[in-house]
Amino acid sequence: MVENRPFTNVLTHLVLIIGVLVVAFPVYVAFIASTHESSAFVRGVLPLLPGDNMLATYHQMLSAGWQVGGAPPVWLMLGNSMIMALTIAIGKIAISIISAFAIVYFRFPFRMLAFWIIFITLMLPVEVRIIPTYAVVADLGMLNSYAGLTLPLIASATATFLFRQFFMTVPEELMEASRVDGAGPMKFFKDILLPVSITNIAALFVIMFIYGWVQYLWPLLVTTQEDYYTIVLGIKRLMASSDRVPAWNLIMATVTLAMLPPVLVVLFMQRLFVKGLTETEK
Amino acid sequence: MASITLEGLKKTYAGDVQAVKGIDLEIQDGEFVVLVGPSGCGKSTLLRMVAGLETITDGTLKIGERVVNKLEPAERDIAMVFQNYALYPHMTVYNNLAYGLKNRGFKKPAIEERVRKAAKMLEIEEYLERKPRKLSGGQRQRVAMGRALVREPEAFLFDEPLSNLDAKLRVQMRVEIKQLQRRLKTTSLYVTHDQLEAMTLGDRLVVLNGGQIEQVGTPMEIYARPASMFVAGFIGSPAMNMLPIDYLQARGATELLAGLPTNTDIIGIRPDDMRLSPPDAPHLTVDSTLELYEAAGAESHLYVRLAGSDQPTVIRVSGQPPVKEGETLRFFVTREALHPFNSKTGKRTG
Repeated sequence: MVENRPFTNVLTHLVLIIGVLVVAFPVYVAFIASTHESSAFVRGVLPLLPGDNMLATYHQMLSAGWQVGGAPPVWLMLGNSMIMALTIAIGKIAISIISAFAIVYFRFPFRMLAFWIIFITLMLPVEVRIIPTYAVVADLGMLNSYAGLTLPLIASATATFLFRQFFMTVPEELMEASRVDGAGPMKFFKDILLPVSITNIAALFVIMFIYGWVQYLWPLLVTTQEDYYTIVLGIKRLMASSDRVPAWNLIMATVTLAMLPPVLVVLFMQRLFVKGLTETEK
Repeated sequence: MASITLEGLKKTYAGDVQAVKGIDLEIQDGEFVVLVGPSGCGKSTLLRMVAGLETITDGTLKIGERVVNKLEPAERDIAMVFQNYALYPHMTVYNNLAYGLKNRGFKKPAIEERVRKAAKMLEIEEYLERKPRKLSGGQRQRVAMGRALVREPEAFLFDEPLSNLDAKLRVQMRVEIKQLQRRLKTTSLYVTHDQLEAMTLGDRLVVLNGGQIEQVGTPMEIYARPASMFVAGFIGSPAMNMLPIDYLQARGATELLAGLPTNTDIIGIRPDDMRLSPPDAPHLTVDSTLELYEAAGAESHLYVRLAGSDQPTVIRVSGQPPVKEGETLRFFVTREALHPFNSKTGKRTG
């Protein structure tokens, strides 16, 4: 804002504070609930100060899980989610940057057709094609495997499109200069294009990591063994115990733990992330 | 170092657009040749064909004795300086210079030696560890030159390398490029649309228009005897005045114009050949009204309207003559200053 009047200052801060509260308060409640006895949450009055049961709860969830609720130890699920999110993020970036490279820098027959086919898959997220995709994965024997968890989610039109748009803004002279300097296409890709795209890659990595981390429906379908449960799936299983009072402290502890990795990724990559969305090194 | 030979070089784009319509040109070993012409005349396309960045539709291109039509740019042993410099943004200046050598399999000490040598020659030693982003326009230009220099190629190709610089820096870099080329004696092909740059840099100029060569010659040859009305209008500033021969005959210049070829119908006169005081030699005399007085320091441009004609005409004189806008101005032209043209063919007649 260019204006600087006391009233607008108060108003804008009020809006911001309300916004922060709306987002942060449920998170706070979840954390508080995880530090109390399981009965504290269902009494009707929410405690707002931390309780004394925190270490015991987290220790139980991390090491043993809650077998009555059908949840393996959180470590295992965190590990699975981490493998899944990383594979999806890295896989998506690798595949889409190579396809964008092909589409922008090579003249081959049906180049635009290839691009539009990739583009059209934007309209086909996993949820839409879930039955046929499941059939394919099942036929390939990839149920209950990391490959089954990640491969169908890796192809990405969004990322391909983003890289294509970015490559088109890279001056053509850079490619020509490297040709004159004796670099072939792959050398140009490795020595010039990849380093120049590093901020874009970082931004995309953050988005795709979180996309992979919060996947629910697909892991639910392709995993039946506890060894492959992801953390989001685990939370659901903890809550789904219909004929028992849910152990809210355990659920909330799992939720809190599940939030940590994405938060860390965002925190550590924030600077690169913002740079990637706003400026480029050209 | 090598000569560059262009034989009937043609470039046709999809849709039958002829950008370059058959160019024959022989660039001697060590020569500095400037391709000059208005935008869209095909000069950049021609340079890029020599570089190997554009395919050659027809004709033969030789560097030295080798036919290089089908070779990749890197295999032609040329180096190119781009208009926007095209420095690798993520590499330091040192690595920018070294990249081409690395790709050619040079050993580290050899690279180091060549980069230091080029950096010293261009006075960019202090910036070697910086990234291009932290350099000024002139410094980037030097780095771009350095990248061409370290390779010690058979030929330098320049694609309007000075057009992104401000006026002062442009003059300075122009001088440096000329001195550098004199010292290294590397065959150079230089593209520009700036006729002053072309005149001052080139051993020979090639004036291009519509994908064809209008004239080839030393800068002074072209200035003194432009082969066509296009060249006459393009080289020299302000541009040459073009007057219908009928007009001059009606002014009583019949005797002076008598010896010219009969198909002459346009007479070109350079603004600096119009004298305000009568010379001794036989001359023609024209009256005009001064419409605009442009004082440019060492010289002045007088925009006049000729008596009995609408033809816009400009006179260039040194210093600031004591005349006022609106006054009648009489000027004199000798026989040697007349450039006879035929308006139908656009060519010089004699």
